[in-house]
Amino acid sequence: VFPASLKMAPKQQLRKQSTMASRAARKRDEDSVTEVGEGTDEWAQSKATVRPPDQLELTDAELKEEFTRILTANNPHAPQNIVRYSFKEGTYKLIGFVNQLAVHYSQVGNLIPKDSDEGRRQHYRNELVAVSYQGSQESAKVVVSEPDLLEEEEGPKEAEAETGSQTDVPAAEAAEKVTEEELITPKQPKEQKLTNQFNFSERASQTFNNPLRDRECQMEPPPRTNFSATANQWEIYDAYVEELEKQEKTKEKEKTKTPVAKKMGKMAMRKTTFLESQSDDITKVTQAAKIIERMVNQNTYDDIAQDFKYYEDAADEYRDQEGTLLPLWKFQNDKAKRLAVTALCWNPKYKDLFAVGHGSYDFMKQSRGMLLLYSMKNPSFPEYIFSSDSGIMCLDMHVDHPYLVVVGHYDGNVAIYNLKKPHFQPAFRSSAKSGKHTDPVWQVKWQKDDMDNNLNFFSVSSDGRIVSWTLVKSELVHTDVIKLKVEGSTMEGLDGLQLHTVGCGTAFDFHKEIDYMFLVGTEEGKIYKCSKSYSSQFLDTYDAHNMAVDAVSWNPYHTKVFMSCSSDWTVKIWDHTIKTPMFIYDLNSAVGDVAWAPYSSTVFAAVTTDGKTHIFDLSINKYEAICNQPVVAKKKNKITHVQFNPIHPIIIVGDDRGHVTCLKLSPNLRKMPKEKKGQEVQKGPAVEIAKLDKLLNLVREVKPKS
Amino acid sequence: MAEVEETLKRIQSHKGVIGTMVVNAEGIPIRTTLDNSTTVQYAGLLHQLTMKAKSTVRDIDPQNDLTFLRIRSKKHEIMVAPDKEYLLIVIQNPCE
Repeated sequence: VFPASLKMAPKQQLRKQSTMASRAARKRDEDSVTEVGEGTDEWAQSKATVRPPDQLELTDAELKEEFTRILTANNPHAPQNIVRYSFKEGTYKLIGFVNQLAVHYSQVGNLIPKDSDEGRRQHYRNELVAVSYQGSQESAKVVVSEPDLLEEEEGPKEAEAETGSQTDVPAAEAAEKVTEEELITPKQPKEQKLTNQFNFSERASQTFNNPLRDRECQMEPPPRTNFSATANQWEIYDAYVEELEKQEKTKEKEKTKTPVAKKMGKMAMRKTTFLESQSDDITKVTQAAKIIERMVNQNTYDDIAQDFKYYEDAADEYRDQEGTLLPLWKFQNDKAKRLAVTALCWNPKYKDLFAVGHGSYDFMKQSRGMLLLYSMKNPSFPEYIFSSDSGIMCLDMHVDHPYLVVVGHYDGNVAIYNLKKPHFQPAFRSSAKSGKHTDPVWQVKWQKDDMDNNLNFFSVSSDGRIVSWTLVKSELVHTDVIKLKVEGSTMEGLDGLQLHTVGCGTAFDFHKEIDYMFLVGTEEGKIYKCSKSYSSQFLDTYDAHNMAVDAVSWNPYHTKVFMSCSSDWTVKIWDHTIKTPMFIYDLNSAVGDVAWAPYSSTVFAAVTTDGKTHIFDLSINKYEAICNQPVVAKKKNKITHVQFNPIHPIIIVGDDRGHVTCLKLSPNLRKMPKEKKGQEVQKGPAVEIAKLDKLLNLVREVKPKS
Repeated sequence: MAEVEETLKRIQSHKGVIGTMVVNAEGIPIRTTLDNSTTVQYAGLLHQLTMKAKSTVRDIDPQNDLTFLRIRSKKHEIMVAPDKEYLLIVIQNPCE
């Protein structure tokens, strides 16, 4: 893009040249005026020649003399003798070419050709402005067109100027612009002021700059700690297990998302955390403390533990067909002091754990009751302690839920204790409203779950009722199964009323295979064979004893055989199809309890109030006990109950002072059929049944004869 | 809480028990029935030993864990039951 001034240059030059030419012409004119002008005047005024007074008088020759002048483009002022030193030739040389150009006037213009780039840009800018001022579009157009007008006007003016005076032209132009501006400005007062192109000054001022200042501050560095650890295989495993537990927990939480429960849960959580935080160091070592206690006991009673595991009485080999009982641990607790052992029961799942019920058989000395659970691993202190207001008379542990213990109280109530629950109250308890017995409950027994999978058990009491209790949700529902009546004891009342003497149940046992059949022993000495489905009558009645029946028990192998014991000093073994007993043993003292051994069909134990334990093995001796041993410290103590451990060769016996003694059976008391060479020893229930059957057959054959 | 207290009391009163102490995960004794210097010595040493035993058991099988450690010496038996965060240490003289 050429600057405006350059563009203008040729024009100006042209003009200058033309002015020069005109001047030269004028000079000649002036000269010619004197001559030619006069001539014309003469021609015009027809010989009215007026001669100036100072006119030279010339001769004709002088007049006719010709002067020749040639107009050249040479600058008369340009020097013609310019020499320059030529280094090449070593002499001054005349410069032939001299610049003949003379500049008389020059002006920098500010006109922009319309079709040049700059012109277009300007045009574009103006358009933009015009758009923004749409309201005054027309006037804007006028303004935009103004430079064009000016340009157009310039042409003729210049043409005029050529004839007129040169200096007039810019003045005229300026004047014209001023007038034009004056004309335009009133038209649009709001129009953006157009800058004066000739007399324009931009004003600007600079304010004082605030000096820049650096300001720095430093934060406290974030706390840093160094952590280093090695990850073992087990640490990784632990982390995974923890994560898994968390996931499961969150799943469970999502499942149980009732808002109330949630709140309650939170509250409980808070409570527990509070408690935990209070007693952090103590609760967490509970398990450890338990283990330690057992270990301390193991150290103390190391000899007993060794005996329990390994000692076999060597003397048995020489004591033909007789055995002994080796006392092992003694279990007793201060809290149960002076309370008779009224019930014993091994836990069906944990073979080292057994439950002991404490109460009193003495009608005059009834007080509180205790339920203690001992483990053989810790003979010094019970695993669980529950106490009750009324004496416990019986208990049973559930086979499928070994943590559920049902107890019968002296006051006729039954209750279920849950070992999983940490508090010391029964989980369920009957009441006077819910059909409790009116007399002491003598025996309780868990049954198989009913059709609706509800837990249920039976109880027998001396009020003559046998009640089935069902655990429906959180309630004990009772159903009377049978009411015991003494047959033939119906008395005629005064007004012809029939009064039944109520039979007092004291013991019962359920048949191992025939689900509905069970036996009930009574205070009158009778044993009834009953069915769960007939409440009105008995299947059979045995005139068993002369005094109260203390226990009845089915043989664990032989389904026909049961055993009963009574305070009339006798133990009787029965075939339930025959009304008379198969075997009768007189033990010279009231028999408190009998129990079949779990390992043999022919072995049973009986305990008497004189403090003796009698062990029978019918296959060895049909007439006498093979072991007859006093097992209590003092002669006064009466033994009340006996139980065989389900797997170990030991029994526990309880006395009326609250002691429980564990005794090991010597090898003779658990003799198995002798091994014969070349013959496999037969084992199993079939063999046991055959063994007992063989004995019974002997008796059966004898009986008809007698 | 009372139950544990009672258990600890029973252990302490048991025949032949010389001392019981509860040690935390850092090996610092929390409660003890012995005098200070003995306790600190037992706690520090047994803590190390138990941790070593534990890592031995767990390195062999990560699913396994140490439940009990008993050290029979000429004079005593030292029993250590590690719980989640604590060690229960009992020193007993079994031949008493």
